[in-house]
Amino acid sequence: MPLTAASPALRDPAWSRRVALLLAAAVLAWPLLVWTEFNPATLADARSLRATWRFVADFVPPRHDLPFLAELLRETWRTVAIATAGLALAWLVAVPFALLSTSRLSLSAVAAPMAWLPALVRQGVRWLLVLLRSIPELVWALVFVRVVGLGPTAGVLAIAITYGGMLGKVYADILESSDPAPTQALLRNGSGRLQALLFGALPECANELVSYTVYRWECAIRSSVVLGFVGAGGLGQLLDSAAKMFAGSEVSAILLVFVGLVWLSDRASALLRKVMA
Amino acid sequence: MSGAPSRHRGLGIVLAVLALVVASFATLDLRWDAFLAPGELAKIASFIASFFPPQADPAFLRRTLAATGETLAMSLLGTVLAAVGGMCLSLPASASGGPAARALHGTARLLLNALRSIPELVWAVLLLIAAGLGPFSGTLALALHTTGVLGRLFAESIENAAPGPALALRVRGSGRLRVFLWATLPQVLPQLLSYSLYRWENNIRAAAVLGVVGAGGLGQMLYYHLGLFQMHEACTVLLAMIGLVALVDAASYGARRALNS
Repeated sequence: MPLTAASPALRDPAWSRRVALLLAAAVLAWPLLVWTEFNPATLADARSLRATWRFVADFVPPRHDLPFLAELLRETWRTVAIATAGLALAWLVAVPFALLSTSRLSLSAVAAPMAWLPALVRQGVRWLLVLLRSIPELVWALVFVRVVGLGPTAGVLAIAITYGGMLGKVYADILESSDPAPTQALLRNGSGRLQALLFGALPECANELVSYTVYRWECAIRSSVVLGFVGAGGLGQLLDSAAKMFAGSEVSAILLVFVGLVWLSDRASALLRKVMA
Repeated sequence: MSGAPSRHRGLGIVLAVLALVVASFATLDLRWDAFLAPGELAKIASFIASFFPPQADPAFLRRTLAATGETLAMSLLGTVLAAVGGMCLSLPASASGGPAARALHGTARLLLNALRSIPELVWAVLLLIAAGLGPFSGTLALALHTTGVLGRLFAESIENAAPGPALALRVRGSGRLRVFLWATLPQVLPQLLSYSLYRWENNIRAAAVLGVVGAGGLGQMLYYHLGLFQMHEACTVLLAMIGLVALVDAASYGARRALNS
């Protein structure tokens, strides 16, 4: 306690409270350490150290013979294709549900509070979207692999369902946050819902909708790598088998490609959003 | 306003996106026949029906509860470790000044980016070799990825903190550590806490699935029972996952409202 013993000018008025908070946090953390079998000594164990060292030492240089690079390129494209196809299907799922669930396009709500049946339908669709996105895509993929077998189909479906739920919710939110006046004016004057959407809400929201979709595409690429670990193909599956065979040079090559791919999709998405804005 | 060129550019982008989508569907060997044939739909329906009813045997429920606790502990400890690690790395990452500080800044940023761009699940697979099967490697994997995320967010908040209080202390000759502890930290602490809470919410989802590669928690149970086609057990685990995520979402929402009010 060097600070309290010193001269009054250096005394910290909050010292005792901070120490008490830290102590309380340490006491709370103890059971966590037990539950998670937290034991850094396993890292320093001689046998695991030797295995780790052999694995890591093999990282340099990354494997770069032509057949391997060709396979890497093929799997990279598969990763991108799974993400893109999944997101395209997710969009098909999201658009109708978003239009069904947004109260902006309600005819009965134009004059009075929304009638009970439309309100019930909208709430039901919202719950369905919550259900779709509350199960992680990896779990969907695990389940689909049991149905359609190993391969990209399970990955595409998993992304389509989870991202369909996310996009549907966010699309509906974006539509609802738009200025109500144009759609209301159109609906009151007897235009149909489609016209109210196209000429009332979309002009204001289009940029936001596009940029969120592009951002989700970037996320889908990261997801699609992870889905490979349960057998959906792509870079993840390659990485999984390389790590299981302790092939350090392959692992480092795949990781480099993966980091490059994430960086590239990040740049592409930033560029697209700037062009669209 | 140049209407025509921008319309051309927009058309070009739409065409490029369409081409990407078509190429994706064309090159993947997707098996729609497994879905669209009428006999297959009945098979899928019976597959879904095979999940119900969930296994409600008390002994199994106790095991599920233990795995839920393990998942919760993994996510919490992983986030705490990441907050500490992120704090340590965010200080050099927000350094400014002479060439030495710039080099430090660049190195810390590079490290944070590397940690962040590799997903938790990939970290877990790599750590299995060093730390073995079980929740320990899952916790470390969460901590490593989240350190990258939080470190960058922390560094940005420290850089954006008002410089006045720090300057006041530095002018009076306080050391760097004291300046940070008594001038900068109190300003940014609420924001750091809110970032950490937000990441905890993300990490609970990640922790639930990390077990699929053998890193403990609910995911490991799910993978095990699905592998043995024990659907009722898998259903219980899935329900526990959904319940846990919903619970943490509600808790974190409440905590953030309390922090902000």
